[in-house]
This record gives sequence, structure tokens and C-alpha cells, in this order.
Amino acid sequence: MALLRSGIARRWRPASVWMLYVAGLLPAAWGFYLGATGNLGADPVKTFEHHLGLWALRFIVLTLAVSPLRDLGGPNLIRYRRALGLLSFYYVLMHFAVYLVLDQALVPSAVLADIVKRPFITLGMAALLLLVPLALTSNSFSIKRLGRNWSRLHRLVYVIAGLAGLHFALSTKVLAAEHYFYLGLLAVLIAYRIVRSLQPRRGRRRAMQPVATE
Amino acid sequence: ARSLQATRSTYSVDDKATPFEDVTTYNNFYEFGLGKDDPSEKSGAFKPLPWTIQVDGMVAKPGTFDIDQLIKSFPVEERIYRMRCVEAWSMVIPWDGFPLASLLDKVEPLGSAKYVAFETVVRPSEMPGQSGLFQSLPWPYVEGLRLDEARHPLTLLAVGLYGQTLPNQNGAPIRLVVPWKYGFKGIKSIVRITLTDKQPKNTWQVVNPTEYGFYANVNPAVDHPRWSQATERPIGEGGFFGASRRPTLPFNGYADEVASLYSGMDLGKYF
Repeated sequence: MALLRSGIARRWRPASVWMLYVAGLLPAAWGFYLGATGNLGADPVKTFEHHLGLWALRFIVLTLAVSPLRDLGGPNLIRYRRALGLLSFYYVLMHFAVYLVLDQALVPSAVLADIVKRPFITLGMAALLLLVPLALTSNSFSIKRLGRNWSRLHRLVYVIAGLAGLHFALSTKVLAAEHYFYLGLLAVLIAYRIVRSLQPRRGRRRAMQPVATE
Repeated sequence: ARSLQATRSTYSVDDKATPFEDVTTYNNFYEFGLGKDDPSEKSGAFKPLPWTIQVDGMVAKPGTFDIDQLIKSFPVEERIYRMRCVEAWSMVIPWDGFPLASLLDKVEPLGSAKYVAFETVVRPSEMPGQSGLFQSLPWPYVEGLRLDEARHPLTLLAVGLYGQTLPNQNGAPIRLVVPWKYGFKGIKSIVRITLTDKQPKNTWQVVNPTEYGFYANVNPAVDHPRWSQATERPIGEGGFFGASRRPTLPFNGYADEVASLYSGMDLGKYF
């Protein structure tokens, strides 16, 4: 019976990852449907832009939450971490695409001026660019090929998370409860890494090892 | 909302008005919350009647005026004005109201008066944004104009829109409309107007002086530090594929009427 159950669980693992991708992209699809049909309120472009940015931030938080959750005795969701990370990348990409195409109507001078002159847009753009190498090396081949350097490279996610938090906070006129909530989560998740790195290395090998399951 | 008798004024633009639905559900009114839909959703408990405005300071005849008396004593005009928010979106709104100058004439400002200061009501029990853990701004919300700006015929005290008394979310029962300035100058739910010889504080300048000034004239050439003011997104033009950004005009298109108020001033410095 136990054997049968674990067999089913194993067979369902790849499918559950694909289901996560599908479920994860639903908010984007739903928002696009509402906007395209004129059901996203008075300022649909800005609303969709913010919706995508907020989901990008949520997936970054979820990605960073995987290993603390496991270390602190919670469920081990490490097999979903790559999908969560890639979902954040896809949302950042869509967030930028909406800004570029629907908001700024592909006027290159306006976009370049924004990126150079507006600190919060510069920070957001930096986060997007830093995500590219991580997305490109998220495949199992790169993990094997890069070895220890893969872990070093992917520590960039902490920088990206910090940039994303600043981009979010600096984009509004005043900070609301929502900003404090996400900035608090990011701060806790990054502080956890700092505390962990200060502790003796006992039992850390497993945590640092890149995971190439599936 | 009650209907208002208003005569159409020549101070109107020909632009297509933003739908009533968008004008009354997409609002910045932090007394009711930070979201654009908070004012329409969370202003149900607000009681705009009865209401009085105190007018005091450097005037010969200070007084307290009842809102119904004001509506009766001044002819209410319909004025279709462009509205440009500092956040780079815009609307076209048919306001109903009377010139601020009419009220100022009634109280007879003294020769020493140079500025007009305004104050919004403080009612934490009726305005959820004024209570709780995260207070976004110091209350009351305050604004100010130079006396010549306040006396300009375009400067309106609005008591309605679309032919009805103001909905709570739009600043009931009486608010300021200065169409050549960014929307935050249009202080809502006014309880006090004070004539003074010192430049009054305005809330956004107090909160963030590097980003918001006293004048706040719409100016495509002077960017907000965090975004460009060269273009604007018209509100209520349908879904993703409705109208796209359009250029913002100096003084929001009212340069012919008001540019002379600022001749010789460095508008980059006095933003």
C-alpha cells in the first residue's frame, strides 16, 4: 500500500510542477482577459501593469521561502523552486512588456529617459537584467555544467529581491500597509540567509547543494 | 445626490467628458484610503450635510456660511474642465459650481491679504483613512493659493458634477477646482478658508518638498522626480486598446488664460 502510494506520488511529481506553471500564469491570463474586454476599471493599463508587478514580487517571496520552510521543519518544496523562480522571471518580463508596449506605446526616447532618470525604474530594470542569467541557467544542464559556480551565480536572487522591494516601495507617493507587508517578508527572508551564513557550517552542505530533481 | 440647476459657462472645453462612472470610482482622496476605489467604496458613512464653511483671517467681514445658502446665493455654473493628476493621468469633468472670487468678494479681503489657505474636514469616525495604524498623511489636508490665483475667474468652488451635488468620494459637499494645476491642489470637503499674508503650507509639499511644490502648475517641461510629466493617460477610454498617452499641455491647456500670472517666474524653481 505504502509502495503503491509512493509510486503514484512519484509519477505525479512532474505533473504537479507543470500544474504549478499553469496555475501560476492564471493571474496574468485573467488580468489580460479583463483588460482586453474593457473590464479592468478606469485605468486598465496601469492596473494590469501593477497586477503583474505584484505577482512577480509574490513569486520572488515564494521562491525565497522554500529553503527556510524546509530548514525550519516545514514541507520540502524544493522541487517547485525552479518553477517559482521562473514564474517570477516571466511576471517581471510581462510587467516590463506592458510598460513598454501598452503604457509607453513603444516610444524609445520616453522609455530610455525613464530608465536613466527615474531611480525606481532604474532599479526595476536592473532587477530584470539580473534575472536573465538566472533564467538562462535554470536548466539541469547548466546546473551540472556550472557546479559550485551555479550556486554562486544564483545568490544574485538576494540582490534581485532587494532591488524589487525598493522598486515597489519607491514607485508610490506614500507607503501603504501592502508595501510594509512585502518589504517585511523580503527583509525576514534575506535576514534569515545572513543569520544562517553566520552559523557553523554543520548541516549546511545539503542546503547549499544545487538541486536537480525531476 | 440631489440635482442642481446650473447654467452652462463659456469657461468650458470641447473635449469629450470622462464617463460619470469613472469620475466617481477612480479617485484620490486619502481620507478614505490609498486605493483609487477606496473613496467610492469607503465613503458611505460620510455626512456632507449639514455643512458650514468658516471664512476668516485678513478679511473685513469674516463669517460662517451654510452650504445650502451658498448654492442659493451664487448662480451655479456648469464648467467642463480638464483635470490633470500629478500621477500623469487625466480626465475631463463637467463641474457645477461658482467662482471662488464670488465668495471672497463677500468677505472683503483686506489689502494686506496675499494668500488664501484651505482646510479639509477631520472626521476619523466617518473617514477610515484618518484612523488606524497606517496614517498616510498628516490631517487636516491643507492647501493654498496666491490671492490672484484664487481670484482668477477659472478658479472654481465646485458643489456638484454632472448636474448633481458632489458624491462623497469627489469631495462633498464643496471642493476647490483649479484646472491649470495638478489635481492635488483641488482640496476636497472644505471647512475653512483663511486669508493670510504668508504663503500657506500645502500637505504634499510638507510631506515631500522635493517632489511637490506650492504652485503645482501643470507643466510638461518640468518632470516629477520619479516620472515624466510630458504625457498623460486619459482615463475611461476603454480597455487596453482604447486611447493611448497624449501630450500634456502647458498649464493643462489654459496657458492663454493664466500664463500671465507667472510672467518672469522660473517655473522650474517654483514647481
